[in-house]
Amino acid sequence: MAEANYPEDLRYHEEHDWARIEGDQATMGITWYAQDSLGEVVFFDPPEVGATVQKDSSYAEVESVKAVSDVIAPLSGEIVEVNDALQDNPEKVNEDPYGDGWLVKVRLSAPEEAETLLGVQEYRKMLDR
Amino acid sequence: MSDAATATRRTPLYERHVELGAKIVPFAGWEMPVQYEGIREEHSAVRRHVGMFDVSHMGEVEVEGHDALAFLQRVLSNDVAKIEIGGAQYSCLCQEDGGVLDDLFVYRLGADRFLIVTNAANHETDLAWLGRQSRQFDVIVRDVADRYAMLAVQGPHARAVLSSALGIELPPRFHVSHVRVGRRPALACGTGYTGEDGVELLIDPEVASPIWAELLDAGVVPCGLGARDTLRLEVCFPLHGNELTPERNPVEAGLGWCCKEATGFVGSEAIARARAEGTAETLVAFTIEDKGIPREGNPVLRDDEQVGVVTSGTFAPSLELGAGMAYVSTEQAEVGTEIEIDVRGKRRRARIASKPLYAKRS
Repeated sequence: MAEANYPEDLRYHEEHDWARIEGDQATMGITWYAQDSLGEVVFFDPPEVGATVQKDSSYAEVESVKAVSDVIAPLSGEIVEVNDALQDNPEKVNEDPYGDGWLVKVRLSAPEEAETLLGVQEYRKMLDR
Repeated sequence: MSDAATATRRTPLYERHVELGAKIVPFAGWEMPVQYEGIREEHSAVRRHVGMFDVSHMGEVEVEGHDALAFLQRVLSNDVAKIEIGGAQYSCLCQEDGGVLDDLFVYRLGADRFLIVTNAANHETDLAWLGRQSRQFDVIVRDVADRYAMLAVQGPHARAVLSSALGIELPPRFHVSHVRVGRRPALACGTGYTGEDGVELLIDPEVASPIWAELLDAGVVPCGLGARDTLRLEVCFPLHGNELTPERNPVEAGLGWCCKEATGFVGSEAIARARAEGTAETLVAFTIEDKGIPREGNPVLRDDEQVGVVTSGTFAPSLELGAGMAYVSTEQAEVGTEIEIDVRGKRRRARIASKPLYAKRS
């Protein structure tokens, strides 16, 4: 998508990652800002299903032609699904970062961590600074 | 130190780049556009149609005088006497030990007058080196970088678009001609750094902006340094600072072809030795077999042992896979050799490939 977009229903991490929390699971990805800074994504190397992710730590990398970017976990847990469609179509991360461009689904081990994440207003405010 | 060494500089087209929404990055002391719409689109515009690059950060040095030819024969690796007036030639500028200070094109503008185009990062050191080397010669070495803005117009349609948009007569490949662009004297050079046909224009900085606008209107796609890098990498043109350094000689970099030791240039003895004895390492091109993108600095492995290091790595848009260049020990440098690239801890299968990695299908 060409225009900056930050959905209301997501929680944001200051490293430009988002989480969509549904019960004890969360879908994760990178924000519009992150994909725009990175440029066209040409490679996503997914972590393995069953791997644990630690809040504030890198769990994967996305790469553009020129750059590599760590993807930071906004929340802790165990990976239950990865977006295999990105193997053949990594550009979905640019085209639809909150939809078809999601990266992983995680079963949360500490759902209360969500309270430390940013709401959309706070995240936008951070970007404006 | 001069201001150029400390402050970042802007080309006469900086405002145009910002207007077009370019992503600007610092490069060799300049604020340069790395991409506009996207590296892949820009790359493909040059491979299929025509793109233009603002390369005004590159330096120009004029060498003039009775000894101009003798002087350049002494400092440049190629046989400068072979360049006729209006000709162009690729060369290395070497130290005594054969190490590469810069790689550059030299254009012969007259019997005793030549123009050298330097890499931005090396311009000041080249000038100092040339100045020192010129003392025994009846020659003037002049920094003329401020006289020119430089536009590289590249791609299969470059010549057609340029001649119709600017109404100028274009030189054949590896030649240079005096033209008028924006009613000012300019040089049109049949050279480039993309593996495509094209022209590099050296124009008056004051007309750079309207000429850029005119070419945009003619459908030329603005391209940034990102695409410039992927284009040159696919055709295995070395980049000074990556493949070429003062610690490497041209022979190991695969540039023995532009070294004519018989001319007795600075570094020729060391280079003759390297050619006769062979070098411990050799620059190779490789492609990733499966997935992953190699990056500069990644170790190259064979049978669990490090045999080299990646000097440039990227996703190659025309090949649609990870590719790069690396120095590997010469015993392991044969085309077809299976290697692994250690990409931040993950081993990626790769294979040494023949150069260039991308060749035009005609």
